[in-house]
Amino acid sequence: MAMLEVKNIYKSYGSCEVLKGISFSMEKHETKVIIGTSGTGKSTLLKCINQLDPPDKGEVWLDGEEITNPLIDINKVRQKIGFVFQDFNLFNHLNALKNVSIGLEKVKKIDKEEARERAFKELERVGLEKQAYQYPAQLSGGQKQRVSIARALAMDPSIILFDEPTSALDPELIGDVLDVMKSLAGKVAMLVVTHEMGFARNVADEIIFMEGGIIVEKGPPKQMFTNPKMERTKQFLGKISTLYGKE
Amino acid sequence: MSITFILTIVSLIVGFVLGISLSLGRVYGNKTISFLCISYIELIRGTPLLVQLFIIYFGLPSIGIALSPLNSALLGLSLNSGAYQAEYLRGSIQAIPSGQMYAARTLGMTKLQSIKNVILPQALRISIPAWSNELIYLFKYTSIASIIQVSELTKQGQLIASRNFRYIEIFLIIALIYIVFTFIFTEVIDRITKKMSIPGIGIQEKVRPRLA
Repeated sequence: MAMLEVKNIYKSYGSCEVLKGISFSMEKHETKVIIGTSGTGKSTLLKCINQLDPPDKGEVWLDGEEITNPLIDINKVRQKIGFVFQDFNLFNHLNALKNVSIGLEKVKKIDKEEARERAFKELERVGLEKQAYQYPAQLSGGQKQRVSIARALAMDPSIILFDEPTSALDPELIGDVLDVMKSLAGKVAMLVVTHEMGFARNVADEIIFMEGGIIVEKGPPKQMFTNPKMERTKQFLGKISTLYGKE
Repeated sequence: MSITFILTIVSLIVGFVLGISLSLGRVYGNKTISFLCISYIELIRGTPLLVQLFIIYFGLPSIGIALSPLNSALLGLSLNSGAYQAEYLRGSIQAIPSGQMYAARTLGMTKLQSIKNVILPQALRISIPAWSNELIYLFKYTSIASIIQVSELTKQGQLIASRNFRYIEIFLIIALIYIVFTFIFTEVIDRITKKMSIPGIGIQEKVRPRLA
């Protein structure tokens, strides 16, 4: 059985049906990239997976456990699902180090000193050991996002969900964040919603193209970029390549 | 004098505990709890403090609860301050971006843990300037307790003045005492605000032109 199984997910807001039966699965340490135009439910899908916004219908299984089951201890499950937001959402009252260690201390109940050391290691991993004692307001966007990746990593998640992690960044800062994400490929499973086609092409094991609340097509990057089956995929990738440049 | 301080500090602290509970109940509680909190807050804010004190001091004995003047004043001021502090804090809680709660929950924190570790530390900092106001209001509102015979600062002024009839002098001195302490409180809280300030939260540098 796959590590993550998403089975036939439906989600509506009022009369607006955002997700119309999404299914896919992910293996351990796999990287998958979800692409598609804005408003097709990509972010909603991520929130349905970690139950921040539970789906109306369908199931999500993680490590052989049905996490859409309302009886499950969702706080325990969420420790295994890292989440990186588009707008970072670092805790503003804590410095970078504390942002990374707070989950270890308060959720995993790890000893303070040990949590601190672990947090420091994670900051090193994303290249921010020098910024450990700075507050979010003193960090650049790219640095903030790397702290938030470190915060997710510290919890030892099975999978990290990225919700457009570079969309709020200046073009020159995007590279640093993508480099960190690339360095994680193959070490932890990543499900990434992004418009960064270079990243999708070079790092993803599979690309999922979503539109109108359904998965239009999925496949390995090579096939998706050079020889997509669906006409709509071709159109979208063509448009996005002219926008963001071919790689 | 000491009675004035006791009234101020006790009602500020009891009001603080009450205020936190009410604001959390109002923002995060279910419909019933939220409704109860709102009702309490609106009831208190919609009626004069003096009337509340009269109800407690003159009204409660008729249903068998007789409180001393001081206890009546403590109860009245605390209940009153609680409602106001709840509203200050609610404003601060709602000023915190919803992403902070989401981020806490994605780490696996429970709602309560998120409130305690992420929301409140930020909301309380934002509330400090409003609290400085509440402290000063309370300090001066304690004078209302003189009407139910609590011998705090104003009442003692009355007593002295009624003996020697030097109303002007006595009450000018009383006024001076209030203003001196109000000034001290303001300075102390300013220092606390600066000490607690964290880049990115609340009011950073107080822009206040210094004279001379």
